[in-house]
Amino acid sequence: MAATRDEIKFLSNPNIGGRDKKYCRFKKFNIRHIDYKDPDFLTQFVNSQGKILPRRITGNSLKYQKKVAVAVKRARHLSLMPYVTDLLK
Amino acid sequence: MYMNQYEVTFIVDPVLSNDEIESTSKSYQDLITNEDCSIVHVNRMGLKQLAYPINRRSSGVYYCVEFKGDKLGIIPKMELALRRDERIMRFLTVKLDRYGIKYNEDKRAGKIGTVKKKEEKKDDSRRGGRNSNKKSTPKPTPAAAPKAAPVAAAPATPAPVKAAPAAAAAVAKSEEE
Repeated sequence: MAATRDEIKFLSNPNIGGRDKKYCRFKKFNIRHIDYKDPDFLTQFVNSQGKILPRRITGNSLKYQKKVAVAVKRARHLSLMPYVTDLLK
Repeated sequence: MYMNQYEVTFIVDPVLSNDEIESTSKSYQDLITNEDCSIVHVNRMGLKQLAYPINRRSSGVYYCVEFKGDKLGIIPKMELALRRDERIMRFLTVKLDRYGIKYNEDKRAGKIGTVKKKEEKKDDSRRGGRNSNKKSTPKPTPAAAPKAAPVAAAPATPAPVKAAPAAAAAVAKSEEE
């Protein structure tokens, strides 16, 4: 006889490990332009070494991830953000 | 004639005297106006620490000039002058699309807030810092709501305003009606 759902006992709760649904904050708040002159805003998308974070971490859509990357690279050119560092955050 | 809007940011050597720095930026503004282009805004972002040394200097005076024009050849001319000038350390020219133009206007009108640090949990910053992402839409504070209402009421501009409580303000407006 097959065990019913109630009779199956798990060692750990099967409901743990669920992630918050990631979303693109630009789509959600309808932000259309990313300013490269604003390093405080851009450091959200950059890790402590100054490297641009991947899309799967930040949750950005492809369109806005590219814009973020362009903005960060412009800020780096204008020395508003570093290319390589150790203690950004 | 459709005028393109551009933005040029350049860094001036900080070791110069104040007068020389201002005359440097003035010369580029004159260059632009001599070419029949109108200057929208000049933003002296002031002395800033550079993220890495340029020409062995660790700080620089930032200027951002926003102008519009449709004269062919103004950009190469201006960039050539910037390149030749020894007082200018770096420059970057950007052509602004309509969202960029709208963003700059809103920024000058003070409608765009800055990213708040994690310690201060404020969510009336319209940019939406790290904190406001966890909530569905941040509630507009009484101060922000009257400011947001006229913006939302503006006849559907093709470029939507960069606003976190835009959806909430639109809902609030429909509730008022």
